[in-house]
This record gives sequence, structure tokens and C-alpha cells, in this order.
Amino acid sequence: MLEGILAGVTTALTLQNLIMVVAGCLIGTLIGMLPGLGPMSIIAIMIPVAIKIGDPSAALILLAGVYYGAIFGGSTSSILINAPGVAGTVATSFDGYPMARQGKAGKALTIAAIGSFAGGTVGAVLLMGFAPALASVALLFHSAEYFALMVVGLSAIAAFAGSGQVAKALMMTVLGVMLATVGESAQFNAPRFTMGIQDLQSGISFITLAMALFALPEALYLVLNPARSNTGKDGEGGEIKDLRITREEAKKITPVIGRQSIQGFLIGVMPGAGATIASFLGYAVERNIAKGEDQKEFGKGSIKGLAAPETANNAACTGSFVPLLTLGIPGSGTTAILLGALIALNVTPGPRLMVDNPSIFWAVIISMYIGNVVLLILNLPLIPYIAKLLQIPRNYLIPFILFFTMMGSYIGQNNATELLLLTGMGLVATIMRFAGFPLAPMLIGFILGQLLEDNFARAMSLTDGVSFMWERPMTLILLILAVVLIFLPSFRQQLAMWRRRGVAEGD
Amino acid sequence: MTLDRAIAGIFVLICVIYGYTAFVTMEAGLLPFERNLTFLPNTMPKWLSILGAFIGLIVIVQSGPKEAGEIDPSEIDVRNLRQYKLGQAISLLVLMVAYALLLRPIGFLAATTLFICLGGYVLGERNYKLMVPIAAVAAFFIWYLVEQVLGIFLRPWPWLVYGGA
Repeated sequence: MLEGILAGVTTALTLQNLIMVVAGCLIGTLIGMLPGLGPMSIIAIMIPVAIKIGDPSAALILLAGVYYGAIFGGSTSSILINAPGVAGTVATSFDGYPMARQGKAGKALTIAAIGSFAGGTVGAVLLMGFAPALASVALLFHSAEYFALMVVGLSAIAAFAGSGQVAKALMMTVLGVMLATVGESAQFNAPRFTMGIQDLQSGISFITLAMALFALPEALYLVLNPARSNTGKDGEGGEIKDLRITREEAKKITPVIGRQSIQGFLIGVMPGAGATIASFLGYAVERNIAKGEDQKEFGKGSIKGLAAPETANNAACTGSFVPLLTLGIPGSGTTAILLGALIALNVTPGPRLMVDNPSIFWAVIISMYIGNVVLLILNLPLIPYIAKLLQIPRNYLIPFILFFTMMGSYIGQNNATELLLLTGMGLVATIMRFAGFPLAPMLIGFILGQLLEDNFARAMSLTDGVSFMWERPMTLILLILAVVLIFLPSFRQQLAMWRRRGVAEGD
Repeated sequence: MTLDRAIAGIFVLICVIYGYTAFVTMEAGLLPFERNLTFLPNTMPKWLSILGAFIGLIVIVQSGPKEAGEIDPSEIDVRNLRQYKLGQAISLLVLMVAYALLLRPIGFLAATTLFICLGGYVLGERNYKLMVPIAAVAAFFIWYLVEQVLGIFLRPWPWLVYGGA
């Protein structure tokens, strides 16, 4: 192994490959900031460039750099304008955007950069040590366990619900899953619930729904209540306050980053789970274990709530390389595209890769460290300039936010019907927000709904019914965990109420 | 009736229609061999419609009017919508619909420049000398980035340039 690592270091540190890492991170960050262009599309766009390079190590290093850069760029638009362009950064906007509105955009971006750096670096260390062992664990997961894992992911919505809001959050989740059933399902090719509209045959696009649920209502809120936008200013006279993190804040987020690096990586290793579930679960877990005031701050600009998903999604990105490099199984859409690129470059990922092409395998891992350092060095000095975006006058900023929202959903489909769908759903989402319905659970339901149904179908077909839920111990444990996650917040609240009453009576 | 109860009520209604489609319409459209399969296209929708209607009813029972003090000042108080800039919000939504309908006929560059300028106008911007060039440059820059650099086709010019197609 040591020989392999040394070979990897020598390959990764050549001038050409260092340029590739820097270029990849830069391109990824810049394009990732445009809502609508996620890592998957950016990598797909970069594939011809990678193939032209010819050297598989250099090409893969470039693509991996683009991948990290895109995830970080996506966080930037989530934090600054509440427009998460990628499913993996939806959870980032829950606390990142409120922080930006409180005038802490610089700090939020710094935390995001540090969280991403730590998640990616710890992920790379774990990848080195545990790749072969973890690959065999991931193989033990069957469709039944995946189904249960999705249910656990959905139950995380309890974390987004305030007091007495669990039912509303559950309702929104079900609505999201229902929307995911629109269009052709993977199992059967017949269209469902399309109401005869041909454009709905391929389903509702994720990006349109994400924009309709987050960016559009936020922009409309800014229009309706101009006082909101005034709070978003980052200091006076173009000065960025609060870029640095205080010692106390660092102390607060260190354990979160530590936990989420490991948890995110482990979730990323499982094929199909990826950065999205890792970020939602990371957020949910941290919210559940936070105490008192800390917990109340979640959703209102908590630094823990920002650090958790940011760390987890980057760690999961690294984790998703495990099944790709060791088994040749792509764990997510993005790694599937990477697999295609690798095959085009005459490299077959799989158990033999580490033996046959150790320099490629290790060069990619070493370049992950370098990529993370480059991202940090690149982004920290840029943060004051990126945060200045918020100081654009409202009369210009709002039309541009609306325009980027529309571009996001238009680019993916090249279909103007998407824009009408976006406006309609955005209006409905705004009205729901008026009534205090949480919108995030709906998007989570939508993202996980398709995966949930596919795995449910497979598990049911294999066992000829729903008996898999109690026959497979791992599935049962995960499902029980899901139930606990749903009822835990209400139970804790009830417990606190009893305690308060007890104290009052005791007095 | 409060707005959240009304929304939950509409949701229950949607669940009933969704459930009817799953239980009746889709069931009738199944092919003979499909009837023996364990999992069908309407299996999950059936579960979802029941679960959704049940949760919707719980929301109706639980929801109630909010006290005035409970509303966060940065949120919107729906009982008093008139104090907000409702006209501007509606005009922007209308502009978005117009943008969707005009994007192909008049081309990306014209539609985008118009959208950004009119959006600014609706919000109260009157400095046309600054607004028009910014909108035009931004539209061109985005078009150049998306079509020329990224290779995603965006029709830049009006339909007349393409022979009326």
C-alpha cells in the first residue's frame, strides 16, 4: 500500500496534475454557483475536455476537482440567495440563508468552506484506510435495507418541524412523494398522474421544484416585505463584517464537523444514498442531539446547522468514490458519469483497479487532499467579493434572482413549459409558506420518493409481499429508527412540559 | 377558517382524487398478466393516498388561528396582506409568465433584457441609462456562457431571423 501511496503522490504532484486540480476546482466553483447547473451537468460538460487530455490520472483528477468545486459553488448560491442548485446543498440553505440575512454572509461562507474542507479531507483519509472493507459492507445492503434507509431519510423531516408542526411536515413529505410519482415510473413505462399533459410524462424536474419551493417564494417575500432585504446587508460601506470565526464558535462546530465527516462518509459509501441523504441526515442528527438554546436556533441561522450538512455532503462525495473505485458500481448520478468517463479513458474501475493501476487509484485519492486545500485557499480570499453580491440594490437584485431561478429550470429541460410550471408551483409554495407549512420536507419527499418506490418494488418482488420489513433484522432496525426519529421531537417536548409542570408543583 | 386549515382541506381533496385514480382508474387499466404481480404502478399511490388523507385530517384538527404575537415580524401576516407590496409581487409573477411565453418567439437576448428592465421598473427603478445597459450586457454574458462555453442551445434571436419558424 505504501508503494501505491508514494506512486500516487508522485503522480498527483506533477505540474500538469496540479494545474488540473486548480482548474477543476475553479471551474466547478464558478459554474456551480449558477443555480440549475449541478455537479452532474458540469461533469458531463467537462467529459470531452477530460477525454481530450488522454491521461486517465489527469482526467480523473480534473473531474474530481470539478465535482468538489461544484458542490461548494452550489452552497454559495444556497447561502446567498436561497437558491440551492443541487439536491445536496438544500440543507445548507436552512441555516446558511438566515445567517446571510442577519448580515453574516461572510461568516456563513467561511464555515461552509471549512466544513467542506474538513469533510473532504477526513473523507479522503477514511477512503484510504477503509475502502476495501467498506465496499464489502455496502454489498450487504439489499433493496429492503435501501427502502428502510430512504424511510429513515424521510423521517428526518421531524427535524425541520417546530413545536406542533410535525403533522404539517409529514403532510408536506407525503405531498412531495406524491409529486415524485407523476410521470413514468422506473418499474413500469406507463405514464401516471400526468392529466394528459405530455410535458409531465418525464416527471417534474427536481430543479424546477427546488427553485419553486425555495428561491421563488424567498424572492416574492423580499418584494412583499422590503424590510427583509435591508437586514441582509453585510455591514456599511461595502465592508464585510464577521468573516472570522471566533474561538467559541470554533469550539461549537468542531464536534459537529468531526461527527458529520464520519457519518457523511459512511452514508456516501452506500450506493444510492449519496450527498443528499448525508446532508439531510447530518442536519437532522445534529438538531436532535443539540440541547436547549442551540436546538432552538436551528433554522434561524445556527452555525451548527450550517456546518453539519456542509461537512456531511463533502464527506459523502468522497465516500461515493469507494463503490466506484473498488467495485465499479456508481453510487450516484455523478459517479455514474465519472464511470462513463473512466471507461472512455480505457480504465475499468473495480476490484482490480488497485492492483493493476495503483498509480491512478492513489493519484485520485491524493489529489482529493490537494483539491480540498486548493478549494480552501481559493475560496477564503474570494469570500468578501462573493458576499458583496448581496449588496446589489434591491431593484436589480430581485429581477436577477428571478431570472436565475428561471434559467435554472429552463437550462435542464430546454422547455418553456417548465417556466410556467415553476411560476405556478412557486405561487402555491408561497401561499403555503404564508400558512406556516415547512417547504423543505416536500422537496425531501420528492427527491427520495422515486428511490423509495424503486427499492420498495424490488424488495416486495423479491419477498413476494411486505414481509421483508420484519424478516430482515437490518431493515427492521432501520424502520424502528425512522419511527423514533419522527416521534422523538414531540416526545422530548412533552417530557420538557411534564418536567416544567413537575417543578412548578414542587415549588 | 384559517389558511392552514383551508390548505389541509385542499390537500385531503387532492388525496381523494389521487386515491380514486390509483384505486379505480389505474386498476381498470391493468393488463391481465399484471394482476398477478406483487408490485404494480398503483401500489405505492394507494398507500400514499390513504396516508396523505389521514395526515391531512390531523392537520385540520390541530391547526388554529395564530395569536398576533406569534407572528415573526420578518414573516408575512396573511390577515393583513394589504400592508405589503402585493401589486409588485403579482406584476413580477405576470412578467415571469410573459417571459415563459415570449422566450422562444422573441429570442433569449430580447426576452431577458426586457424581463430585467421591466422587473426593475416594477420595483421602482427609473434610472434607465444604467438599467438598460446592465440588463443587455448581463443577457449577452449569460447567453455566451451557456451557449458558447457550455454548449447548451439557447435561441438568441427572434423568430424572424430563423425564417419565421
